[in-house]
Amino acid sequence: MIRYIIRRVMGAVLVLVAVSFVTFLLFQLAPALAHRSPVYYYVGKIPPSPGGLKLLEHRFGFDLPWYDQYWHYLRSIFFGQTVSDGDTTTHCGAPCLGYSFRLNSSVDSLILQALPVSLSLAGGAAVLWLVGGVLVGTVSGLRPGSFFDRAGMTGALTAVSLPIFFTGPLLLLIFEYKLKWLSNPSYSGITQDPLQWFKSLILPWFALAFLFAALYARLTRANMLDTMGEDFIRTARAKGLPRRTVVIKHGLRAALTPIVTIFGIDLGTLIGTTVITETVFNLHGLGLLLITGIRQQDLPIILGVTILAAVALVVANLIVDILYAVVDPRVSYG
Amino acid sequence: MSISLSPSELEVAADSVGPDAGGPGAEKAIEGRSLGQLAWRRLKHDKVAMAGGVVVLLIILVAIFAPLLTDWLGQKPNTIDYNLTDPSTQLPMGSFGGASGKHWLGVTPVLGQDVLAQLMYGARTSLIIGFAATLLSLVFGVSAGLAAGYFRGWADSFLSRIMDLLLSFPVLLFSIALLAVFSIIPSFLGVSGTPLRYAVIIFVLGFFGFPYIGRIVRGQVLSLREKEFVEAARSLGASNFRIMSKEIAPNLIGPILVYATLTIPNYILGEAGLSYIGVGFQPPTISWGSMLNDAGNYFQIDPMYLIAPGMALFITVLAFNLFGDGLRDALDPRSRR
Repeated sequence: MIRYIIRRVMGAVLVLVAVSFVTFLLFQLAPALAHRSPVYYYVGKIPPSPGGLKLLEHRFGFDLPWYDQYWHYLRSIFFGQTVSDGDTTTHCGAPCLGYSFRLNSSVDSLILQALPVSLSLAGGAAVLWLVGGVLVGTVSGLRPGSFFDRAGMTGALTAVSLPIFFTGPLLLLIFEYKLKWLSNPSYSGITQDPLQWFKSLILPWFALAFLFAALYARLTRANMLDTMGEDFIRTARAKGLPRRTVVIKHGLRAALTPIVTIFGIDLGTLIGTTVITETVFNLHGLGLLLITGIRQQDLPIILGVTILAAVALVVANLIVDILYAVVDPRVSYG
Repeated sequence: MSISLSPSELEVAADSVGPDAGGPGAEKAIEGRSLGQLAWRRLKHDKVAMAGGVVVLLIILVAIFAPLLTDWLGQKPNTIDYNLTDPSTQLPMGSFGGASGKHWLGVTPVLGQDVLAQLMYGARTSLIIGFAATLLSLVFGVSAGLAAGYFRGWADSFLSRIMDLLLSFPVLLFSIALLAVFSIIPSFLGVSGTPLRYAVIIFVLGFFGFPYIGRIVRGQVLSLREKEFVEAARSLGASNFRIMSKEIAPNLIGPILVYATLTIPNYILGEAGLSYIGVGFQPPTISWGSMLNDAGNYFQIDPMYLIAPGMALFITVLAFNLFGDGLRDALDPRSRR
């Protein structure tokens, strides 16, 4: 078991190195292809004198070979670095993902500001879609072909065909502008104003959960159908166990194991999945931070958020793999 | 290839012979049917899937003949007419987005362009991306899956590692970042402007999607290569290439077709999403996603410009999904419950 975990952790570290390397290389190569000094995408301006530009390129290490630059970047994540755009110089403490001179802030603190928003959005939506999706999927899977099943699955197929950037504005139109149940709620931290926090997130939660609940309902239904046809279910029935016990203790438990895997990975990719929802509802989370970085051509922000997303996904994968081995004795530790 | 008929098919065949048995009809009833014919018979009876298929066909026709159709309507998608919008609010004049006998779905805010003509050209963008990116995924995925499953050994471990690595990439975020990087690059390998945009979007969607089909194909090939007919071909001295192309590949058409039909709508949604957040297509290329983004500032007062591209996107994606689901049930009856 311990050996299995060590092997998985080492594999995850390898993936992280590969992902961060490809990402880094891509973003270092881009300015060269754009025929512009990379300094521009780091500090937002080009120093007027050629000497000043040379000095800055030297300070950022752009005159070094690519592998040294990557090493430089990795080192600053672990030990921090001192950054300067020629006028101002600041120290960016470890773990330093970069410094945005356009926003005059380290990428770390920008991410820390945005993280609670994204977590609130994804957390609330995850509860909704997990409960809704599994419930609909289970009932549908137990009574295939029934009215509930057909209605549920038609609804699910409709939901997966509806993009958030269409349902989101429609929800806003109906509940905010027509019915006036919510009056232009702006985000507030849960500790400052819980009611305002809830009001600002209720529509985004539903918009995001609607899509995912549909996927989970389809998956749960298929798993439930497979499981209920298994021999051990027939055995449990033959023993005379009440139907409720058979369904919940034997059926649901086996049917939900794959769902847990998907759920872990979906949580790992939440930084990506919330981009559109955050844009629609103007929530200043990680997704919108990335979009801001792109609009301002601010390379440290783009690089920092992408690498953070990679870390989140790899860690989620790792946790799911280990949990799986603990929960399901059939998984070999080979 | 002849296969045995399932009991339900025999029933259908017996029914079709009916009272006037004998004559040419009776001979026809016992004729062997190919898998494709059987699937087509099942698909024909699935009304929902057929409706989806018809809508898909209509949308493809509209996309192909968009220039002719817009000419016939007397509208151009990029003709600007400031007289049609209110100069102070920039909204279209009149209700329902300024819909009239001339502009059936109204005009866009600010510029007063014809919405219907824009939707038709937007269908072109969506379908080109959907089909081209799916094709790219198939080319990469089928070759990788075929090679990995057939040769096994180091080829399998190498290709599977690469696919696993790609699957543990934060794909959406990475795509967004990649597109952002390419928007600052004026030209790449001699391609620039709109063609470069098309190429990058197709690459981003198609390339990151290939491991999914690669895994499906690999799994199928792993089991197919042990089948008797492959063994027979091998013992007759058939080359690896011949076995892969003549014996194994035809058996992959079913799963590949289903996968492709269900991937096209995903990529259409992907392109629309990228254009919505501003890293996909830029004007003058018309995309339903950027139309929805443009609607953002105006839908509170007049939702027409939000609903028109939104419904176009929804209907297209739903039609593909319905047809794809039906196709899967038809090709693999065991999956239907």
